[in-house]
Amino acid sequence: MTAYVEQTGPRAVPTASGTTSAAPELTPAAPEPVTKRFEFVLGLADDALVAAQRLAEWCTRGPEMEEDIALSNIALDQLGAARLLLTYAGELEGAGRDEDALAYRRDDREFRNCLLVELPNGDFAVTMAKLLFLAAYQVPLYTALAGCGDERLAAIGAKARKESAYHLDHASLWVRRLGDGTDESHRRMQAAVDEVWPYPHELLTPDPTAPVDPATLRADFDSVVSSVLTEATLTVPETSWTPAGGRNGVHTEHLSYLLAELQVLHRAHPGASW
Amino acid sequence: MYGNDFPADDTSSGLLGEVEAAEMALREAAERGRHGAAGADPAAYFTEVIAADQKVEPRDWMPESYRATLIRQIAQHAHSEIIGMQPEGNWITRAPSLKRKAILLAKVQDEAGHGLYLYAAAETLGVSRDELVDLLLAGRQKYSSIFNYPTLSWADMGTIGWLVDGAAIVNQVPLCRCSYGPYARAMIRICKEESFHQRQGYEILHTLAHGTPAQREMAQDSVNRWWYPSLAMFGPPDTDSTHSAQSMAWKIKRFSNDELRQRFVDMCVGQAEVLGLTLPDPALCWNDERGAYDFTQPDYAELMRVIKGAGPCNRQRMEHRRRSHREGAWVRSAAAAYAAKQASKKEQASRKERVA
Amino acid sequence: MSEYSEPTSQPGGASPAPLWEVFVRARRGLAHTHVGSLHAADAELALHNARDLYTRRQEGVSIWVLPAAAITASSPDEKDAFFDPAADKVYRHPTFYEVPEGAAHL
Repeated sequence: MTAYVEQTGPRAVPTASGTTSAAPELTPAAPEPVTKRFEFVLGLADDALVAAQRLAEWCTRGPEMEEDIALSNIALDQLGAARLLLTYAGELEGAGRDEDALAYRRDDREFRNCLLVELPNGDFAVTMAKLLFLAAYQVPLYTALAGCGDERLAAIGAKARKESAYHLDHASLWVRRLGDGTDESHRRMQAAVDEVWPYPHELLTPDPTAPVDPATLRADFDSVVSSVLTEATLTVPETSWTPAGGRNGVHTEHLSYLLAELQVLHRAHPGASW
Repeated sequence: MYGNDFPADDTSSGLLGEVEAAEMALREAAERGRHGAAGADPAAYFTEVIAADQKVEPRDWMPESYRATLIRQIAQHAHSEIIGMQPEGNWITRAPSLKRKAILLAKVQDEAGHGLYLYAAAETLGVSRDELVDLLLAGRQKYSSIFNYPTLSWADMGTIGWLVDGAAIVNQVPLCRCSYGPYARAMIRICKEESFHQRQGYEILHTLAHGTPAQREMAQDSVNRWWYPSLAMFGPPDTDSTHSAQSMAWKIKRFSNDELRQRFVDMCVGQAEVLGLTLPDPALCWNDERGAYDFTQPDYAELMRVIKGAGPCNRQRMEHRRRSHREGAWVRSAAAAYAAKQASKKEQASRKERVA
Repeated sequence: MSEYSEPTSQPGGASPAPLWEVFVRARRGLAHTHVGSLHAADAELALHNARDLYTRRQEGVSIWVLPAAAITASSPDEKDAFFDPAADKVYRHPTFYEVPEGAAHL
């Protein structure tokens, strides 16, 4: 898998364990190279963008009309964060790519989002499980970014953490209701948690050179998620399967389809403005 | 909110001005007060309130047919907002820039909100939202025929904003002065929020019309497809309209279908020129005598066919709505079950407390 | 926008979500004002729905929701007895008082 990743360009090479380390051609002494930060920001941007795209698929399909509005709101928050992060990533890269160039003219192998967000929506329970895990990761992440040394990231973190806190609140609200609702909703919610459970692992893989080391977020993530699941009368699944690869551009089969839809019109009219 | 930086176009800010005037009139009417109550002759009181341009409120006496007319009209309006999310929702995932994606998503979300405001206004008349939704899903209440046409290109997002929302606004602005208080207040809120909808559509078309040849062609094709269906949105001609006269007497409706249609055509001609697009009507020309444009009427036989269910997308739109409703049932049941469990837990806890 | 209509009238469908009235404080210093109504299974959901439905454009800094069924409304027949007694107490309103010329900031 490493052979392909290098062709897709900007500069992170997965190790056997699936974690990322600085690319070999960079001098080890270099203080966090710009490409490394570009990759980091791009990962967060792509998480938000792909999450927004999936949530927007719910529009007109929500289980009740009020929930349609709520899901659109969360999609708009994620999209807003994605735009800020993509713009910043483009500036870090310095190759003149703006938010749209990055969103619409990269192939799936160049996307750095985690696998969790690209998984299909499934039923409402799967969507809420995905949102719970994503928000439980994004809240401590953005909170840490808000206090980091990079001013731009700090500003984005400060804005996005409030939004994520609401997403977490909303997802927990529904996971509790579905988990402790009817027999059918309990069965569906447990199945959803079982299905999605392995994916956040990738998000919490240690990377001491990143502006925020994901490993430092694990305690928060674990405590929030386990308390919600307990309250929801759900069982924490046991599995040793830890799918990963998104941060290195090795995705599930789903992402390419998602991007085909997202990019189709933009790519059909090269150079056009909208 | 999304930087409507398009050069102000006077007609639409004029409409927004009318919404504000309606809001002011509502406040003034309220301040004029009305002492002395319904008393022995509620029907006479009702007539007086209407004659004085004041508002009828939910617990007032009203003729049953006034109530029924309002329920039918508000419900249709609410259904139109909800079904109307689909044609535009169709392009959210494919929007060609992230800015356009955000605007479109916010717009479709607004439509859901407007549907809910309207259902709530209808509920003040003593029906429940669930009843109204059931009537829609059973095909026993209608929604605007325009949403039974397909959105085939991105330019349709522009044309829907410009023509369809434009026609809706022309229709809706007078409703801000409707005699029924909750409907008038809902319409004021809706019209204010919708002011960005028409402008974003116009901006999309303007960009396309000044873009690549392919984009320009896309824009013209879209206007060609939507022009006549938009004219048909004002309903059948006055000579055939069954509900108009009584609704006008009750001040539920303030202008006739044909008056509003004419007003819309007169607005659109200049706007099309600025876009550099052609309205697909060779007979369109200024009539000095009337002080208005002559134009070709839409095909009202087609309108009736679409209303009766034979439009290109009637079945698809209804099936989409039914499926969402059906597939959400287990979620709604779960919420109700959870609420009941929590309530009974609370009850038990407080009973224990009282015993202790 | 149920405007305290008949809170009991919920026919149709099996156990529809109850109706809630929504009040929003637009800015600090202002009272909560009735803005409309919505359906939700419980209070927490109602609050979330109210936030998304009635404050999408930063219309508020605080929201109340309460079950429509918990509101007791005066009946229209009692209108005079309820509200007319206040009509002659114009002295409650500042415009009742004549301000002498030259007195500012009153």
